[in-house]
Amino acid sequence: MKKLISKLTAISSPSGREEQIRAFIKEEIKNYCDELREDKLGNLIAIKHGGNTKIQFAAHMDEIGMIITDIDENGFLRFSNVGGISPHRLYGQRVRFQNGMVGVFGAEKVEDIKKLTLNKLYIDIGASSEEEARSKISVGDIATFHHEFTDLGERVVAKSMDDRIGCAVLIEALKRVTNPQNDLYCTFTVQEEVGLRGARTSAFGIEPDLGIALDVTATGDTPEAERLAVKLGKGAAIKVKDLSIITHSKVKDLLTELAKTNSIPYQFEVLPFGGTDAGAIHLTKAGVPAGVISIPCRYVHSPSEMVDLNDVEAAVRLVVAVMEKKIGWS
Amino acid sequence: MLLRELCELNAVSSREDAVRAYIRNRITEKVETVTTDKLGNLLAVQGSGNTGPKIMLTAHMDEVGLMVVGIDNSGLLKIKTVGGIDERVLLSKRVVIGPNRIPGVIGAKPIHLQEKEEREKPVKLPSLFVDIGAKDKADAEKEVSIGDLAAFDVKAGGFGDRMFKGKALDDRVGCAVLLNLIENHYDFPLYYAFTVQEEVGLRGATVAAFGINPDLALVFEGTSAGDVPPAKKHQQSTRLGKGPAISFMDRSIIVNQALIERLVKVANEANIPFQFRQSTAGGTEAGAINQSQTGIPAGVLSVPCRYIHSPVSILSLDDFENTIKLADAFLKSIERRGLPV
Repeated sequence: MKKLISKLTAISSPSGREEQIRAFIKEEIKNYCDELREDKLGNLIAIKHGGNTKIQFAAHMDEIGMIITDIDENGFLRFSNVGGISPHRLYGQRVRFQNGMVGVFGAEKVEDIKKLTLNKLYIDIGASSEEEARSKISVGDIATFHHEFTDLGERVVAKSMDDRIGCAVLIEALKRVTNPQNDLYCTFTVQEEVGLRGARTSAFGIEPDLGIALDVTATGDTPEAERLAVKLGKGAAIKVKDLSIITHSKVKDLLTELAKTNSIPYQFEVLPFGGTDAGAIHLTKAGVPAGVISIPCRYVHSPSEMVDLNDVEAAVRLVVAVMEKKIGWS
Repeated sequence: MLLRELCELNAVSSREDAVRAYIRNRITEKVETVTTDKLGNLLAVQGSGNTGPKIMLTAHMDEVGLMVVGIDNSGLLKIKTVGGIDERVLLSKRVVIGPNRIPGVIGAKPIHLQEKEEREKPVKLPSLFVDIGAKDKADAEKEVSIGDLAAFDVKAGGFGDRMFKGKALDDRVGCAVLLNLIENHYDFPLYYAFTVQEEVGLRGATVAAFGINPDLALVFEGTSAGDVPPAKKHQQSTRLGKGPAISFMDRSIIVNQALIERLVKVANEANIPFQFRQSTAGGTEAGAINQSQTGIPAGVLSVPCRYIHSPVSILSLDDFENTIKLADAFLKSIERRGLPV
């Protein structure tokens, strides 16, 4: 599992430019499903048959990034955010482009660091002229954080755990499931970070009876943290609410019951901010009961997102339990 | 002149009748069918029997404006903005209200009655009113009703070196591009959608895209230009005279890479100047279309406009003409090479 997470997080895959991660996941799962589809926005859908109830699992392939908006006469790049990025997290960090080019963030002189905005930051790719920069990078190219995977034992750190860890959970569940009791539509979605876009169009096509997103959630277990009940290492988090969804009680009960009967460690999650693919799925067509199995994660949307492998294992087991439970909601 | 006529029509979001009638009249003979859908989008089709991908071109008919929300005892009208308008541009502008084009002037408390602090700040919307010359409430009610929409009263026309000024260039210029393209014929099914209510949330495009469900859509817009002082180069979204602006991303969409590459390629091949829209702010109909049904690839070509969403904006006629050329080259590339995505 560590190896899979390490490989997944090594890939640069900003929203709207998910080609590389899609190719990797495709290769990883092709022998573990009955059918593999790619839709018009680029969602990858692995189908495994097993029953009448259609379950859509969704883990997003994209990560936050920086899109180049201008290249100046000295070869410095200006950028805008793709997804939620705080300017204060950028200075001194490195980015990588999909062609492998690496750059570092620099900032204009600012009197008050609190007033630092993305507009005052730039990316330096070591080019000494505009011409040199333009030969390597084009306006419209998207970079992502450049930071290696680090193994801390029970816990691991990497960029883009949001939501490669969800992808890892879904890939692993697909490999482990032996006796599916439902039709499984394992969807690796695009463009979640800019507005749940891939989930919306994929759900429209799939018309699931049940939707379950797999994504990270913030924790409240660090010094002076915002008060949140979720803790790293305390199990898979069953989402009750965020800004995009109030989990359907039928779905919350199903997940809780399965966690209990299979002795899977779990915790409830109420997130006062953020949203996930389940938000888009549950409003599809005439409505879809939906919920989220979250993987607790510290330092979300930073280059160093941390998860606990025990939580990851719990999430995999809970997903497999859903896959193998005859649900009968069709 | 087409662009002048379009700009002098009034079509504040949800009351697009005048522009719709004008366009319908011009295109009826040039298309197979022309219909108005339930929200008011004007939809026209060419080559519906052709094989090949279904392409949709859109431009929105509506413009930003004001709504009458109250009439006070002295006959002055209280107003709200419809779509995004910088309140500071409103004072002392002339407007026309409703289908009968009742003239009015936007007024506020005169300067000699203002306190010192008031003089130092722009007048906010709640302190503005429209004066239609009525002597009292009853008199005003004979001419206007609450809910009537007001548009800026501005003459349009060319000036300077191939420049053009007028209200509502966003998005009459897009409508004008479509009206030029509709003279051509392509060998695939082509749907023209002149949409409603873009300025209040991409509403017309949302339902037009669902109904048509094309394989690819191209949206034509007037977009803001930032080439005025003191904006630094990297803060300028687009620049007048530098060609049509190709979008790579805005708040509503990240444009498919292959679609961007095709637009760049055909522009280079045909020697048409272009620029990238170097801002990710704002939303376009491409976002709504992209999210329709099972997902529809969409792109945006824009004509840069200075002072957008104000009573008068400015564009370059060269940019306008090059937008038509680039769109035509792109559509021809679909005939030869098929869809880019």
